[in-house]
Amino acid sequence: MTRKIFTAEHELFRDQVRRFVAREITPHHDQWERDGIVPRSAWLAAGEAGLLCATMPEEYGGAGADRYYSTIVMEEFARAGASGPGFSLHSDIVAPYLLAYGTEEQKRAFLPRMATGEVIGAIAMTEPGAGSDLQGVKTSAVRDGDELVINGQKTFITNGQNADLVILVTKTDPAAGAKGTTLVLVEATRPGFTKGRNLEKIGLKAQDTSELFFSDVRVPLDNILGGEGQGFYLLMQELAWERLQIAIGAMASAEASLEQTIAYTRERKAFGRAVAEFQNTRFKLAELKTEIAVARVFVDRCIALVAERKLDTATAAMAKYWCSDLQGKVIDECLQLHGGYGYMWEFPIARAYADARVQRIYGGTNEIMKEIIGRTL
Amino acid sequence: MTALLPRTIFKPEHELFRDQVRKFVEREILPHRVAWEEAGQVSREAWKKAGEAGLLCPTMPEEYGGAGADRLYSAIIIEELAGSFASGPGFSLHSDIVAPYINAYGTEAQKRSWLPRMATGEVIGAIAMTEPAAGSDLQGIKTTAVRQDDELVINGQKTFITNGLLSDLVVVVTKTDPAAGAKGTTLVLVEATRPGFTKGHKLQKIGMKAQDTAELFFDDVRVPVDNILGGEGQGFYRLMRELAWERMQIAIRNAAAAEAILDQTIAYTRERKAFGRAVLDFQNSRFRLAELKTQVQLGRTFVDHCLDLLLKGELDADTAAMAKLWTTEMQGRVVDQCVQLHGGYGYMWEYPVARAYADARVQRIFGGTSEIMKEIIARAL
Repeated sequence: MTRKIFTAEHELFRDQVRRFVAREITPHHDQWERDGIVPRSAWLAAGEAGLLCATMPEEYGGAGADRYYSTIVMEEFARAGASGPGFSLHSDIVAPYLLAYGTEEQKRAFLPRMATGEVIGAIAMTEPGAGSDLQGVKTSAVRDGDELVINGQKTFITNGQNADLVILVTKTDPAAGAKGTTLVLVEATRPGFTKGRNLEKIGLKAQDTSELFFSDVRVPLDNILGGEGQGFYLLMQELAWERLQIAIGAMASAEASLEQTIAYTRERKAFGRAVAEFQNTRFKLAELKTEIAVARVFVDRCIALVAERKLDTATAAMAKYWCSDLQGKVIDECLQLHGGYGYMWEFPIARAYADARVQRIYGGTNEIMKEIIGRTL
Repeated sequence: MTALLPRTIFKPEHELFRDQVRKFVEREILPHRVAWEEAGQVSREAWKKAGEAGLLCPTMPEEYGGAGADRLYSAIIIEELAGSFASGPGFSLHSDIVAPYINAYGTEAQKRSWLPRMATGEVIGAIAMTEPAAGSDLQGIKTTAVRQDDELVINGQKTFITNGLLSDLVVVVTKTDPAAGAKGTTLVLVEATRPGFTKGHKLQKIGMKAQDTAELFFDDVRVPVDNILGGEGQGFYRLMRELAWERMQIAIRNAAAAEAILDQTIAYTRERKAFGRAVLDFQNSRFRLAELKTQVQLGRTFVDHCLDLLLKGELDADTAAMAKLWTTEMQGRVVDQCVQLHGGYGYMWEYPVARAYADARVQRIFGGTSEIMKEIIARAL
C-alpha cells in the first residue's frame, strides 16, 4: 500500500539515508556487534551526512527539519537491521530536551557539536531499583555553594560508553517525590563520573548499553536543565513522540522482515517445491501482511498527528504497545518460516528476532502502556 | 469512554444523516427486536418505514428512486445498525449489493421495474449464490438455467440466502453452460411469484436470529430471457466487480459493532462490583480493555482509510480482503473478551454482548471466509 504522509523531498532524503546506511553502516555492523559499540567515526560520518539532529534549528547546527525526517532515519536504520547506532536517542530525545529547556548557553555549548557527532548524547533515567517507576529514582544531586554534588548509579543507558554528555535524572529533594526531580547535564569528563560495564544483551549487540556511576561528581548549578524540581514534569512532555519512535522502528523492522521472508520462502525448496507454495506458508504470510498493513495505517496516522504536535499520550501508548507486540509476533513467525537458518546469527531474521524483544520493555513496558490506555477508558 | 481518534472522512451532511438513522433505529428497529427474533424475520412494515425514511438504496440514482448519495451514506446505515446490534434487517444486502447489480448491469426496463420499488421497500431483494455443495467456490454451482425458445428453465437449490423468506426478487446465480466453467455462469432475475420457485425452511442459526436466512428451491421455474441480468455467460465476471466494496461492508459493520460492544463493556465493568470494588478497578480488566480499545482503534483507522480509498476508486481487492479478514477476526476477539468481562450475564441472551457474540461468529465465514481472504492476500504477496 502506498504511504501518503511523505512529500517528494522526504523521499529524496530517504534515498540519501538508505545509501548512507548501505555504505557506512551495514558493511561494519558485524564488527561493531563484536566490539559491542559503534565507533565515533560512524557518528562523525552521520553528522556530516546530515543524519544527526535534523530537526534542530539551523542556528544550532540542525536542518530545521520536520519530524518526518526523523521518522525516515529511524525507518531506514530499522529496515537495515542497523540496531547499533543510537542516533535517534541522541537526535530525537536528548537534543530536543536541550532545545526545549536549555539556556541559550547550554544550547550553544552542545547542540552544534551534537549535530556534527562530536558530542554524543545519552539520557540516564533507569537505576537498578527504578525502571518504569521514575519516582523511585535515588541518584541525588545535593547543592553545595554554587555546585551540585551527584551520587548514585544508573543502568541500561543507551550510548552509555560513547556518551560525552548525559542528561541525568536526579533527586534534588528526595522528600518531595516527583517535585524533587531535577535534570542535570553531566559531561563525561567530570571527575567521579565513571562508566561501568558495557552490558551483554540478548540483542542490540552493537549498542553500548551501560551502567554509569556517579561518586561525588561536582557540576555547576548552571548545568541544571529546565529548572530545579522540574525534571519529572519535563520528562512527561514529549512521551507521545518518544514512544511513537519505538512504534516507527517496530513497523519498519516488521516490514523488512516480512519482505525478506517472502523472498526466502520463494527461493527455499522443501519436498520438491518452494516453501512459499505451501498453503500454510501463504496463509501465514497473508496474516502477517494484513497485520502489518493495519498497523502501518495506524502508525502513519500517528506520525501525521505527531508532526502537528497533536498526538495524545494514550494513542501513542497504543502505537507503542501494539506495534512492538506485533513486531515480536511477525518476526517470530518469519523466523519459523526460515527453518534452521532462521536461528543462525548470520541471517538478518535471527538478529531482528533478538533485537525485537526489548521493544516491549523499554520506553515504558507494554504493561505501563496498558495502564496509560486504561486510564482513558 | 474517551473517544477514539477523530474520524476525518465524513462531512457535516453525513453527520446529519447519521443522526436521522440513529433516531430511526431507536424508534423503528430496536423496540421490535424480541418479536422479530421470535418470528425469525423482520416485518415488511419495517422495510417500508426504512424506505420512507430514505434508508433503502440511498446510493441509487434519483431517477430510480434513490438519493444519488455516496457510499459513506451506506456506511453510516451499516454502522448505526451494527452499533445497535440490529442484525435482523438485511437492508445493506438489499441496498448495497442487490440494487447495485441491477443498476450497473440491468436493462432500462429492469431498472425501472425494480429499483424504485426496492427504494420504497415494496420489493425486497436477495442474491442467491451459495448452494449446499458450493460456497466460496462459485465455480461449483449446479443450478441450471436452460434456454427454451425465449424462456429460461431454472432447476436447482440455493441455501444460506439472506432475506430469503421475505425476498420478492432474487438475483440467482445459474449455469447456462455447465461445460464452460466460469464462462457458463449467468445471473438471472427471478421473481418470488414464479411458479416452481419455493422457499424452504427458515434456517436456525447460532446468531442473527431476526434475519431470515433460508433455502430456496427452483423446480422448472420459467422466466423470460429478458430476466437475464448483465448478459448470458457474464455472471462470474459481474460477481467479481464489486467484491472490494461488498467486503468492505462487512468490515464497516464489524468495526462499528466492536466499538459499540467495547463501550457497553466499559460501562458495565464500571457499574458492576466484585470483591468490594468496580470490576473496572481491577488491573486485569483495565489491561484487557486497553488491549481491546487499541484493536478497535486500529480497526477503525484502517476501515476509514479503506473507505477513503474506495471513494476515490483506489481500493484494490487484496486490501479490501485484509480489511474483511482483520476486522472480522478482531471483532471475534473483542466480543469474546467482552463476554468474559460481563461474567455470567454475558452469557444471557438479554444482554447485547451475548447477542453480539453469537452474531459475530458468521462474519469470519460469509462474504468469503477468512481462509479465502488469505488466499486473495497471498496472491498479491
